[in-house]
Amino acid sequence: MNTKTAHELHSLLAAKKVSSVELTESVFERIEKVEDRVRAYVTLTKEKALQAARKADEKVKKGETLSPLEGIPIALKDNLCTKGTLTTCSSKILANYIPPYNATIIEKLQKIGAVPTGKTNLDEFAMGSSTENSGFHPTHNPWDLNRVPGGSSGGSAAAVAADECILALGSDTGGSIRQPAAFCGVVGLKPTYGRVSRYGLVAFASSLDQIGPLTKDVTDCAILLNAISGHDPKDSTSADLPVPDHRKALVNDAKRFRLGLITELTGKGIDEQVVKAVREAARKLESLGAIVEEVSLPTFEYAVAAYYLIAPAEASSNLARYDGVKYGHRSQEGSDLINMYYNTRREGFGPEVKRRIMLGTYALSAGYYDAYYLKALKVRQLIKEDFDKAFQRFDVLLSPTAPSVSFKIGEKTADPLSMYLSDIATIPVNLAGLPAISLPCGFAEDLPIGLQLIGEAFAEEKLLQVAYTYEQNTEWHKRKPGL
Amino acid sequence: MKYETVIGLEIHAQLLTESKMFCSCSTRFGAKPNTNICPVCTGQPGVLPVVNKKAIELAIKSALALNCRIEHRSVFARKNYFYPDLPKNFQISQFELPLATKGYLDLKLNGGKKRIGITRVHLEEDAGKLVHKGAARIMGATESLVDYNRTGTPLMEIVSEPDLRSPQEAKLFMEALQHLLQFIGVCDAKMEEGSLRCDANISIRPAGQIKFGVKTEVKNMNSFKAVEKALLAEEKRHREVLTEGGTILQETRFFDDITDTTTGMRSKEYSHDYRYFPEPDLVPVMPGQNWIEGIKKGIGELPEHKSERFKKDLELSAADAEFLISSPALALFFEECLKLYPKAKILANWIMGDLTAYLNANNLTIEKVDLSPAALTDMLKEIDKGTISGKIAKTILTEMLKTGKTVKDIIKEQGLTQISDEGALLKIAEEVIKNNPKQVEEYKAGKHTLIMFLVGQVMKLSKGRAQPEAVQKLLREKLI
Amino acid sequence: MQIDVEHIARLARLGLTGEEKKLYGCQLARILEHAETLQKLNTDQVPPLTHTLPLKNVLREDKVIPFENTADIVNNAPVEEGQMFKVPKILE
Repeated sequence: MNTKTAHELHSLLAAKKVSSVELTESVFERIEKVEDRVRAYVTLTKEKALQAARKADEKVKKGETLSPLEGIPIALKDNLCTKGTLTTCSSKILANYIPPYNATIIEKLQKIGAVPTGKTNLDEFAMGSSTENSGFHPTHNPWDLNRVPGGSSGGSAAAVAADECILALGSDTGGSIRQPAAFCGVVGLKPTYGRVSRYGLVAFASSLDQIGPLTKDVTDCAILLNAISGHDPKDSTSADLPVPDHRKALVNDAKRFRLGLITELTGKGIDEQVVKAVREAARKLESLGAIVEEVSLPTFEYAVAAYYLIAPAEASSNLARYDGVKYGHRSQEGSDLINMYYNTRREGFGPEVKRRIMLGTYALSAGYYDAYYLKALKVRQLIKEDFDKAFQRFDVLLSPTAPSVSFKIGEKTADPLSMYLSDIATIPVNLAGLPAISLPCGFAEDLPIGLQLIGEAFAEEKLLQVAYTYEQNTEWHKRKPGL
Repeated sequence: MKYETVIGLEIHAQLLTESKMFCSCSTRFGAKPNTNICPVCTGQPGVLPVVNKKAIELAIKSALALNCRIEHRSVFARKNYFYPDLPKNFQISQFELPLATKGYLDLKLNGGKKRIGITRVHLEEDAGKLVHKGAARIMGATESLVDYNRTGTPLMEIVSEPDLRSPQEAKLFMEALQHLLQFIGVCDAKMEEGSLRCDANISIRPAGQIKFGVKTEVKNMNSFKAVEKALLAEEKRHREVLTEGGTILQETRFFDDITDTTTGMRSKEYSHDYRYFPEPDLVPVMPGQNWIEGIKKGIGELPEHKSERFKKDLELSAADAEFLISSPALALFFEECLKLYPKAKILANWIMGDLTAYLNANNLTIEKVDLSPAALTDMLKEIDKGTISGKIAKTILTEMLKTGKTVKDIIKEQGLTQISDEGALLKIAEEVIKNNPKQVEEYKAGKHTLIMFLVGQVMKLSKGRAQPEAVQKLLREKLI
Repeated sequence: MQIDVEHIARLARLGLTGEEKKLYGCQLARILEHAETLQKLNTDQVPPLTHTLPLKNVLREDKVIPFENTADIVNNAPVEEGQMFKVPKILE
């Protein structure tokens, strides 16, 4: 039961072939079986889950119609504020933090009756590409427990891949939904900036962050995207635009879609096997009627540098509030305020977070603002212009999601810069605020490879249609890790 | 060596909105600690700000009243520093692109006008309140307690050009600004209550020199008087240092209102690098001409224009005009009365005289009394009709203010109608003549000033109800 | 490239050990050297992109909506006294 998708389970629930409580129990049984090896979760919320499951079953009993996610177990990345439940951002500084409010999307999910299984592990404050930066423990890739699940939404991706939930939510600032989706062989989508409310998502980089779905297939992705999208008056950066029914885009037809394969992401710096798989995927789409050509976006070369000035700058300011005064950890050392600040943040933050705070503070500091932060924002404009030009010729752009398959735990932790450079394919998308989806397109040494599709702003429907078409004509999504 | 003083002021005014700048908490003063709070204004993880429309309006209104240019695009920015009264450890303010720039405020100085430039007007959020333990103030405190009720209250920052040339001018500027802000209804503007605050930058330079001297910043001035005293003290200190051949250290100095001196706050934490950058959680404000025009219309007449109009059109004296515009409520009251009773001078006299006397004696303001323009003007009309004398009217006014009753009711109840009937007056006059033979003799003998004494006696006997002019006429006729 | 790690750590209120200062100093220098590649691009006529969504004038009506769980906020205080958040000595 826990191996099924949300859309399959919805039919089964509606047909009374299975109850939500049974389904929820099945998921928790699976968690019990594999969690000590995968370690996808920080907090499990079994009681809350069963409560929601019972409610859904009540509705079915009364003959009421269920909404698509009603009674379906969903895992939530632990940087989404859940009222009354621990929300730690996988950081020691928030290890005891219980939010007094719900994130807007959490309210939405509660209203539609989704079943919350728990809060998943992440790189501390969403800073990382492997979930090794979690302040508590790393998560293991269900495909190979010695390898990383990717990051920062590694816990959510692993949970979906290991059937420790039916679907999950993550967040993406520089690739944090898509890259773990690629590493774990699942579907992950970062919506257009402003499509989904950020109110209640613990901020990392405000102008780049977005919440998005991690699912077993493209259909579930469309369903979850429908549920979380929409304008929120509490988020001044959320788009006041109507939300289409993304399920209508699930049409098995890629004819006459013009697809651009990004040159800069299929050459130097990308693993041969990954390039091979992506080219094959492009050929597959061609055979299904799409037009595929190469396209060059030359400013991509500068994307990582620009991102690693902008994101840490915003983060250094966003994370200033963690000071031991109002909530979270407060150091016992230090007899005055300033030492309390120093010690609390020293004890509470891990090395990657400290590194990025330092980097960001530096980029904004007097004398360096123009050369670093401001310069990066200008390069950002150029990257967006590159995309705009490309979208004049193409509907959707193609690339690998990541330059390699999942790497071994501990393999990249010694050199932060090399870890940063591995985000080359996903970062430009966040800088331009565009939507992008990753879906499985092959394997190398039994490890999943991800195909990334990038669309124009608010054109998630086009992405979903191309993704759905590809998925319906391949079998990658049916493979499961042998856990 | 003759020195010229140069002063610039940085003012913060709390705007009169119901809710806070970036969240919907109440701004009402006096609530129990940490009750007017929410996740946004306490900087919880994951929260986001949303701009209060009214705050923008009030700031634009103020900027227009200060003759500023409203910028077509303004942007919020983060000012980053750590302090416990700042929950996010950054303040959302405005930096490179403020709401308004390049305005001025005219001061009435030495019988003329002096124009003080306004560099900019922008919006930001207020911080919380700290209560110190172990000492009265922060120096020497062992612990502090934070109350976030005030955090997030909308603040309007107004920066003046360094056009002020003396501590007295600075005080006058603050008073004029207070009057203006109160007049247009954007701020209570009371320094003692903290709804109007100011910091000053002061320097001195040899008379005739163009280059500014080294400036120091002065903080902790909590009243208009304190502004003047602090700047006098600092100006003196600058002079002394320079006269002795020393140099002024650029620093921040705190005013102590007990010793009337300033002390340097030399702390290594003091070199702030605020690392300003545009607030990513907020989008630009682009007011647009229609909105600005609407706000401009809503300002109505500014006090100085009103004052001019009172002098020109109503032929009131400068002193009268100034008095009547001293508070917006008073000006409004006067003008409402004027619609019902056009004799401006008489009206002005009654308002400035008896009405104000009553208000002052009872610690009230015009807003707090139950006297409508109709009530006052009805009374004045009764005086004109001759129903009551001017003298009686004074007591009637007091009664009206105390009880809220109408003039007609009071006249009826207390039988205060003026006696103008000849027959009745004659009777009283004859009584007075009978009772005061000596004065009558002297009057008939030529001491004509005694008529006033006799009139007075008639007034006394009639309990003030006799109409004095008629009485005088009658007596004169009788005593020929 | 020499970075004043002490100064940055102080601005960010981050307590660092001597070891960490050295390590971060090196790592930051490497990252910033990579960032220098941005100088190759001519951005003289390019406006900075701060928001990818061209929104403006997102404003809220001036209405009071009290938050019900103020007690939860205060209860999260690491040290509390009289319903206020207590902090140690502010000045040295």
